[in-house]
Amino acid sequence: MYGNTSLTAEEAKVLNASVEDPQKLEAFEARITRGEKIEPGDWMPEQYRKQLIRMIEQHAHSEIVGALPEGTWITRAPNFKRKLALIAKVQDEIGHGQLLYSAAETLGKTREQMLMDLLSGKSKYSNVFNYPANTWADMAVIGFLVDGAAIVNQIINSKGSYGPYCRALERICYEESFHLKQGHDNFVYLATGTPVQRAMLQEALNRWYRPLLHFFGPSDRDSQHSEKLMKWRVKLASNDDMRNQFLDQYVPKIYELGLTLPDPELKKGDDGIWVFGDPDWDEFKRVINGDGPCNKERIEVRRYSELAHRWVREALLNPNEKYAIPMA
Amino acid sequence: MKSNTDNITSSPRHPITSLDPRINRLDLKRVAEGEQTASHLVTWEVFHQEKRGKQPTHAGIVHASTPEMALMFAKEQYARRGKTTNLWVVKTSDVYTFSSEDEEIFETTPEKTFRDPGFYKVRERIEAYQAKNKI
Repeated sequence: MYGNTSLTAEEAKVLNASVEDPQKLEAFEARITRGEKIEPGDWMPEQYRKQLIRMIEQHAHSEIVGALPEGTWITRAPNFKRKLALIAKVQDEIGHGQLLYSAAETLGKTREQMLMDLLSGKSKYSNVFNYPANTWADMAVIGFLVDGAAIVNQIINSKGSYGPYCRALERICYEESFHLKQGHDNFVYLATGTPVQRAMLQEALNRWYRPLLHFFGPSDRDSQHSEKLMKWRVKLASNDDMRNQFLDQYVPKIYELGLTLPDPELKKGDDGIWVFGDPDWDEFKRVINGDGPCNKERIEVRRYSELAHRWVREALLNPNEKYAIPMA
Repeated sequence: MKSNTDNITSSPRHPITSLDPRINRLDLKRVAEGEQTASHLVTWEVFHQEKRGKQPTHAGIVHASTPEMALMFAKEQYARRGKTTNLWVVKTSDVYTFSSEDEEIFETTPEKTFRDPGFYKVRERIEAYQAKNKI
């Protein structure tokens, strides 16, 4: 659920029933099959546009809201080096949000509308940011593992068919690799530190384990599929495949430090597929529908920023200018 | 166009106790019922020159109301790390391009190999001439 499409049964029905001009559709699909990118001015099926706007917008909101739990710790970073890294990371996240809003804008939805839809709850953002960052060790877990999970998702999505989204993701992945490295540095530092630091990290890891399993969305068995989104290269990997790739890459990096994960059932099968205990998908649904520990705070803080500073933007506005859709 | 006001739901507010002391200091309730208006800063296309002597390349867009502000945002967004010599900003509405349906006008360009150096091959002719004239 980062830049990840998740359809309800109703949405899947609408998507699958959509009908387009067969000739244009054929040319469009042939272009994607050849590995070419779709650019903003090109003809595209209405549902392609709609699903992309939704996915990119959700991804943009995740970047903006995702900076909030980390921003909390800037004033309380344990030393100057960590503070510099955290400020840089948070600034990057906001920058990523801006890049993604721009990519979504090329599809015809204005930035203002997207910001409003976040405040009203019409648009979602990644569930993982509805959990609190209780201690400094949460910064290590977020920087290393939440960003690690995000990179798995974003590298896959950067191979998609929509040019502006792919270009934004390439820049984002490049910057995210710094986030991952500084997170890992922080993680290893605490894991190899004093017993108190180690215990603090283990507790944070226990807190984030479930939200991390939720990160890639419900199991393939319980999600709506759409051949169309796969064919149009909007969705490129299934939720379970991405989750498995994440576990495969990161569980060994946790175990090598002698840390544990709070799941006795977690193990890699002979077929290379990780099995894990039930991560409580009801909780996932509750949180995504607004009933998580921080949903209210996240939206209220965004609403505050939006409304308290609106006068600045209005003062800057030139009434004679006409907004044009960005080109690329 | 629909007013942005329509999209704000007035949810019941509860005081928030955050882990972040800065958030607890905000008077969230004060602005929560604020008036909404639509306003759009225009977009600017940003070009980034990495090194002296290199071609400036398109980097992306920013939203701003003046070129000075666009340049400031471009610096924050596209020149945060690595090397930069300069940035250019051009208002999106000032860029004039072909429509994407016109892409076919460039279709035959790669076929015009007579414009390429590789099209002109004389070695065989020289060798034939040498053989014939015993040079």
